[in-house]
Amino acid sequence: MSGPLAQYLVLAALLFAIGLAGALSRRNAIVVLIGIELMLNAANLNLIAFWRYGPNPEALEGVIFVIFSIGIAAAEAAVGLGLIITVYRHFKSTSVEEFGELKG
Amino acid sequence: MQSAFYILALLTIAGALGAMNFKRLVHCVLSLVVCFAGLAGLYLNLNAQFAGLVQLLVYVGAVAILVVFAMLLTRNAEDAPQNAGSTDWYLGLGVASMVFLILAFAVQGSELGAAETGKLSDPSVKAIGKSLMTTYVLPLEAMALLLTSALIGAVVIAKGPEEGGKP
Repeated sequence: MSGPLAQYLVLAALLFAIGLAGALSRRNAIVVLIGIELMLNAANLNLIAFWRYGPNPEALEGVIFVIFSIGIAAAEAAVGLGLIITVYRHFKSTSVEEFGELKG
Repeated sequence: MQSAFYILALLTIAGALGAMNFKRLVHCVLSLVVCFAGLAGLYLNLNAQFAGLVQLLVYVGAVAILVVFAMLLTRNAEDAPQNAGSTDWYLGLGVASMVFLILAFAVQGSELGAAETGKLSDPSVKAIGKSLMTTYVLPLEAMALLLTSALIGAVVIAKGPEEGGKP
């Protein structure tokens, strides 16, 4: 497959891979959360690209789906950062190495 | 159209790479803002005006500020040293490049072609609002409930134990 849709899909795959690499290798929990946000955004880009180049661009499903996805990402960021602040208060660090002690 | 795509794609990828590679957290967040802005531009390029502006409002406006606040509240005495070359780093890079290669090959080998791109749909905000209020009213209400509970939950989690009270 080639053409504009493939370009957007490859770009989204690259964005996803960058976010994954960061989430897997960085130590700081906030940067890990940023990586997760990047992966979510790559998925959103895929949804918009498929909607735009799909067989039925009059339908609104693609845009609506992305709006809901962005809303969920906002809620996730708020709760995730709240958790990070709480854990920081306990361990005085945001390194994910420390979080291993949270294992029940 | 095409050159706009390349410029925005470059901006987005550069922003993402910076967000994952800068040592200082402030630089990471600023780079993330560049990445989100590039994505909003890509949405506009794809004729999804409403999604692009929502992306700009929610991500560049709200999420980035939220991350900055969390960063300021958890200021580390030491900037966590980046260990490029450790096993974790190689592991992350290896898994990520594997995932990218698999996805890219899947896209290139796919039979699915783009539909004819002659007709450009331009969904108005009015149409989106109407369908949010009719077809998608149940998901919309569920989203409202989720956002409310996330707001309250984040406050309760981050507030910490009360003075002299039970945690």
